[in-house]
Amino acid sequence: MGLKARVHVYPKPGVLDPQGRAIGQALGHLGFTGVAEVRQGKLIELSLSETDPAKARAQADEMCRRLLANTVIENYAIEIVPQGGR
Amino acid sequence: MKAAVVVFPGSNCDRDVKVALEQATSKPVHMVWHGEAELPKLDLIVLPGGFSYGDYLRSGAMAAHSPVMGTVVERAKQGVAVLGICNGFQILTEAGLLPGALLPNAGLKFICRDVHVRVEQSQTVFTNACEAGSVLRIPIAHHDGQYFADADVLDRLEGEGQVAFRYCQGPAAGPANPNGSARDIAGVFNAGRTVLGLMPHPERAVDPLHGGSDGRALFQSLVAALA
Repeated sequence: MGLKARVHVYPKPGVLDPQGRAIGQALGHLGFTGVAEVRQGKLIELSLSETDPAKARAQADEMCRRLLANTVIENYAIEIVPQGGR
Repeated sequence: MKAAVVVFPGSNCDRDVKVALEQATSKPVHMVWHGEAELPKLDLIVLPGGFSYGDYLRSGAMAAHSPVMGTVVERAKQGVAVLGICNGFQILTEAGLLPGALLPNAGLKFICRDVHVRVEQSQTVFTNACEAGSVLRIPIAHHDGQYFADADVLDRLEGEGQVAFRYCQGPAAGPANPNGSARDIAGVFNAGRTVLGLMPHPERAVDPLHGGSDGRALFQSLVAALA
């Protein structure tokens, strides 16, 4: 059974994230104090046929650089987990 | 001038820009489906506005990898003029033909209205019919129009004369910034000033019935330079 790559893509520090800011304001209106900053990113799950974790990570990294993330404005992080894993 | 407009799934200004080009050139404009990798010999390639691929992932991200784009990048490197309007601008940044990126507007609203932009450079194939410093009134219609680049990239763009247009309040008036763009930038050139990306829609201002015809200057410039 292959592996799952969980790709987190999120705005770089210093890049204005108006959606995160709006969410932070809404949390404040709901009475949640103590949230200094909200940054909103996205999570992309890839079910891969690859079974070798190092190769799976290399594949996902290539996908991030070529399409999944725009490294001018976004950073990304990759987790490799078993298929069906949490 | 032989011009082509690339049509992506979700383009919606392709026919408008065709009309604007034909008005300026009196020659037929080729419409090219994004899945075609071959292009005829051309003087100008236009990537039109719209919502290619539904803006999925990031605006312009999928379209930047359409089959036609490999050829567009190749032609751009050979010096063929490439114009990206709105979604076309987003595609050009995603394809690496222009520096920077377009983020969601700072106010998170879709903005659809006329704006004023100052022409920063007049010695280009796109702007030679304008005086440097002159002001055009052209509509914008976008959600992701906030131009972003690192400070050193912005410094370089300014130093090398690659800022094409800046938002302003009007002729002889101060700066404006409808979407939070870095340094009020509304459009940028590549280093050779043969590739232009801009958020405003000149093709929506080419007839008095549009409420203005300032956009004609861009198409007239292209004809003057490339015909």
